[in-house]
Amino acid sequence: MARRGAPVVALVAVAIACALPFLLSNFRLFQFTQVYIYAIALLGLNLLTGYNGQISLGHGAFYAIGAYAAAIMMDQWGVPYGWTIPAAGLICFAAGFLFGLPALRLEGLYLALATFSLALATPQILKYFEHWTGGSQGIVLAKPSAPFGLPLNPDQWLYFLALVVLLAALWLAANLLRGRVGRAIVALRDNPIAARAMGVNSALYKSLTFGVSAAYTGIAGALSAVAIAYVAPDSFNIFLSIALLIGIVVGGLASIAGAIYGAFFLHFVPNWAQDISKAAPWAIFGVSLILFMYFMPYGIAGAVHRIAQRLQRPQSTGDGREPPPSVRTIA
Amino acid sequence: MTAKRRLIALPLAIGLIAAAPALAQTPGVTSNEIKVGNINPYSGPASAYGTIGKSIGAYFKMVNDQGGINGRKINYITYDDGYSPPRAVEMARRLVEQDQVALIFQSLGTPSNSAIHKYMNQSKVPQLFVATGASKWNDPKNFPWTMGWQPSYQTEGRVYAAYVLQSVKDAKIGILFQNDDYGKDYLKGFEDGLGDRAKQLIVMRQSYEVTDPTVDSQIVNLKNSGANVFFNITTPKFAVQAIKKSHDIGWQPLHFLNNVSTSLGAVMIPAGTAASKGLITALYQKEVTDPQWANDKAFQDWMAWMRKYYPEGKLDDQFNAYGYSVAMTLVHVLKACGNDLSRENIMRQAASIKDLELPMLLPGIKINTSPTDFAPIEQAKLARFDGERWVLFGELLASANR
Amino acid sequence: MSCKLAVDTFIQQVVSGLATGSIYAALALALVMIYEATDVVNFAQGEMAMFATYICWAMLSAGVPYWGAFCGTLVIAFAGGLLIERVVIRPVENAPILTIVIITIGLLEIFNSLAGWIFSYVQKPFPSPFPKEPVRFGEIVLGSHDLGQIGVTLAVLACIFVFFRFTPLGLAMRAAAQNPVSSRLVGIRVGWMLALGWGLAAMFGAVAGMMIAPIVFLEPNMMGGIQIYAFAAATLGGFTSPVGAVVGGLIVGVVENLVGTYVSFIGTELKLTVALAMIIIVLLVKPSGLFGRAVVRRV
Repeated sequence: MARRGAPVVALVAVAIACALPFLLSNFRLFQFTQVYIYAIALLGLNLLTGYNGQISLGHGAFYAIGAYAAAIMMDQWGVPYGWTIPAAGLICFAAGFLFGLPALRLEGLYLALATFSLALATPQILKYFEHWTGGSQGIVLAKPSAPFGLPLNPDQWLYFLALVVLLAALWLAANLLRGRVGRAIVALRDNPIAARAMGVNSALYKSLTFGVSAAYTGIAGALSAVAIAYVAPDSFNIFLSIALLIGIVVGGLASIAGAIYGAFFLHFVPNWAQDISKAAPWAIFGVSLILFMYFMPYGIAGAVHRIAQRLQRPQSTGDGREPPPSVRTIA
Repeated sequence: MTAKRRLIALPLAIGLIAAAPALAQTPGVTSNEIKVGNINPYSGPASAYGTIGKSIGAYFKMVNDQGGINGRKINYITYDDGYSPPRAVEMARRLVEQDQVALIFQSLGTPSNSAIHKYMNQSKVPQLFVATGASKWNDPKNFPWTMGWQPSYQTEGRVYAAYVLQSVKDAKIGILFQNDDYGKDYLKGFEDGLGDRAKQLIVMRQSYEVTDPTVDSQIVNLKNSGANVFFNITTPKFAVQAIKKSHDIGWQPLHFLNNVSTSLGAVMIPAGTAASKGLITALYQKEVTDPQWANDKAFQDWMAWMRKYYPEGKLDDQFNAYGYSVAMTLVHVLKACGNDLSRENIMRQAASIKDLELPMLLPGIKINTSPTDFAPIEQAKLARFDGERWVLFGELLASANR
Repeated sequence: MSCKLAVDTFIQQVVSGLATGSIYAALALALVMIYEATDVVNFAQGEMAMFATYICWAMLSAGVPYWGAFCGTLVIAFAGGLLIERVVIRPVENAPILTIVIITIGLLEIFNSLAGWIFSYVQKPFPSPFPKEPVRFGEIVLGSHDLGQIGVTLAVLACIFVFFRFTPLGLAMRAAAQNPVSSRLVGIRVGWMLALGWGLAAMFGAVAGMMIAPIVFLEPNMMGGIQIYAFAAATLGGFTSPVGAVVGGLIVGVVENLVGTYVSFIGTELKLTVALAMIIIVLLVKPSGLFGRAVVRRV
């Protein structure tokens, strides 16, 4: 995916992102922090559904596991929040891998069905284990302030924390997908039988992808617990899982940058749509899903890619550039 | 700048600089408006409650049409949180940090309010008259900026428990409750009210989830436990099922119905008036579908207000009377602030309400608050359904503060 | 508890379970209908059924008598389903599963928000065509509506069964779903078969909605709690078998009740989890369900 100029664009974006805490109000920073957290979750889901073709309508469950893992560690065992984030990632990796094993036997539609049901059952399960999760009252946490006496207020600190985790997640994902592993994952999506015939260990790769995908989403969940300083079962219902799906479709299936576009879409559209009508946000989401599938199946990332290609064409070497292998036919 | 302009500019600048600290101390307030913030679930699973937010807006519109509060109009800003705690946090921050409201009023739902509880108190912004019956909002020592409004569920539970202890010999109590903080709060109040006799008197508890289609199975179990007293802690649609099913299987206990589900239009009539006869509840509001208030002036005023200012609101929806009453309470508090609409003074006035009677509350119910009592309404009256309406009986019951 | 009481309780719970189960079965039939006709699981089926019920409610509010509104709704639902297939699904008929899943989720959200927007979120009581007094068999009591609902569900099942097995149109539809290429070769208009499938499914969904609404009250989120059980029912019975959907629904209803009554550590607090477990176990052990056809994949 080495487009000429892409690294420069990325660097500029990161520079701007680092400057924002000193330019924006605390409230805006809080919003951006949430966007970055969504982006990490979307990266996770995209890894599984976009690149590997396993449909998950239940990733909200892993987000919940990550959030509650972090919350319980902080609340009941006094673990410093910094450690809860990687811990949540590990726990969710295990959970995802374990879920991925039986999921191996479920093809497309049935997997969608099973994960949809998982998402529907999640809030109830959270309420059941009241002793740990605080039941429907949820768990109230303390918002952390900047460590080592850094001259940052809590919102700025959390912003940087989320940004750093996001950049790490992006870098890891890009590297993972660039090499053999990435090709194997995509091959399993496009032609599983051929891939197996070529020696790709389907079961291992698919389960690992599930695990990694869950880990990403779990880390996002843990970050959100820290940033919001509160977890309750109502935060993790079916709408969350559907929202994540919307995010990757709009942002761009099988696209890393898509996670970021999708996250901005997910967070800001309801804010704006509220002014049209209170029922509007979900109607807009629903319509977006359908329209994007018709007209922009590669999402915003795909559109950006096409525009970038057109801009670069005058300088191209005329080698008949085609979309990178990861952005393959989805529709 | 010309000399003349400098002459004007200087005092203007000094005036602004002098006024700035004053303005900063009264965020959301200018000489002609007060910004009131609100968070309600207009979308998502709890959207039926969204009409409360709308009815409040309609009430403020009427107040503004009548001249506002001490010359200031209410600028009502309400946001949707979809009953999702993270969104509630974001909307609260948007109201406080971006819109700079004077206070947040009637935020709805225990999860949403729990999520913003600490933030509001740390930021020293009033979280006033929250729309939930949980008892944790009455904690002025630890959370001096948060106050509830409606009688807490625990209070109501205790009222029923007291009645049972007083009037029922050999009680065997069965309880059906919604498995969330609303249901559990009622349960706790009831069990606390029974004291150490709770273990002996309660023969069965059955819970249900909001996602369950029916509670028929639970009712069957309760009947077969031999209970002769039934505390029914259900929201309207499940209340109908519970009442109907008990009647169908021939179970006729002394049946207490929680206040949330007392609407004739939504519950008693669909359940069947024969089945609903004899049910007991504790009321604090005038029931809008109850014919006994048809000629009551206060009720007619409410209807007129609905028709003029909130025509798309339903006349048989008790939430619209609730919104009316709670908005009235806020207006009373803001009026009492006079010209000092600082957040501190708003809380101070909210904590010094004396014997306020509202037209759509039952006659005799008085709202009282003090620096140690952040529960505005603590009274209720028992009522029995006679097949046509809720007939009040007994004394006005007040519950002692925790 | 005395022995007689215990037996009575058990029977009453089973009977209640059958009643609740018929709710699940009704929606599951619509799901199976679409799957049989189009090879797609329509995640929006519940919301479409809810929306159709609102249309019925609107007609009733305008003064149309019950059975008139009922039949009118069936016609509108049928036309609506047909239209949706032709307009929304057709462009992506040959697309991978993911695309279609995404689109049905989109439809789910659109119908849900539209219902809220147009009809508001206030819960509305919905009339039942059956009498209010319950029916008694000795000590066992069954609501008339519950009994009526079981009857209607079985009637719908009979219609679907006869349609698919014994009519040429039904045969054509099944052929179109299983083997579109060969079907075209024998002259079957595959596109219209799919549209017909959606239309019929929407119609049966409307029946389900109108039967369910009197019990759970009409509101935009009314199908929310029922969907997972309907999916469990269809999965258990087999997505390709209407009989399976009904049997599955009844089993799910009864199991939920019995587990809720007799297994105290699960009780009533984990009903959704029980449904989830049923779905996963069936999918792992016998994905085609109790009565479904096993699908063989040829490489």
